[in-house]
Amino acid sequence: MKFGIVVSEGPYTHEASDSAYNFVKAALAKGHEVSRVFFYHDGVNVGTRLSIPPQDDRQIQEQWTALAKEHDLDLVICIAAAQRRGLLDKNEADRQGKDANNIAEGFRISGLGQLIEMGIQADRTVTFGD
Amino acid sequence: MSETVKKFLYVNRKAPYGTIYAQEALEVVLIGAAFDQDVSLAFLDDGVFQLTKGQDTKEIGLKNFSATYRALGDYEVTKLYVEKESLEERGLTLDDLQNIEYEDEDDDYAEKPSIRLVTRAEMAEVMADQDVVLSF
Repeated sequence: MKFGIVVSEGPYTHEASDSAYNFVKAALAKGHEVSRVFFYHDGVNVGTRLSIPPQDDRQIQEQWTALAKEHDLDLVICIAAAQRRGLLDKNEADRQGKDANNIAEGFRISGLGQLIEMGIQADRTVTFGD
Repeated sequence: MSETVKKFLYVNRKAPYGTIYAQEALEVVLIGAAFDQDVSLAFLDDGVFQLTKGQDTKEIGLKNFSATYRALGDYEVTKLYVEKESLEERGLTLDDLQNIEYEDEDDDYAEKPSIRLVTRAEMAEVMADQDVVLSF
């Protein structure tokens, strides 16, 4: 089965991104396909490479980056939600005249159309949120 | 844009200004309209407050986006399911909601109400009938 995943809450405050991660890992292990993971609302904050959780806690962004690398996952951060919350890739930082960017490896920034497209193409769209 | 037509339901559960969910849900609905899918919106729990008349956000410094719901018909978003029990539990009736209409192109562009009042049981059926449910 082809799954599309929505993550709509931020890391650490909510368990949503952990549950999504565990679901994606389990689905892939069972031989399913995950066509895209779309990060929306505060979920975009999962994609910052500047978070420094305590060493004895799980490293949410690093887990996603590693999983994306291993399985060639498409991790998409919504641009409109990201701009509000200070998530920028290099292109966007340059374009907006900002002095830094913070997107982690394995994530990309794109539009809401990617969410709708994912819903159309996936057999099941599963939301992890509040 | 795509040949596949799926039934999309956007479920609105939160009051309009305490959190960003309502506003960012509307952004998805407006972008999604370009994809020519079969779109419905559901309003339940505190989400029914999103459609109330007379919203005034001046004093809280937030953008009043309530007029956008009246424009949804122009985006061919014409099915707004409102849960009866959610209204009643909050002391609201249909009269407290904005008048939201669309022009029915199959009926000489007659103006028809977009809001469809459904019971909780009927809302469950609406949900069961969908291909993609996005919850906000």
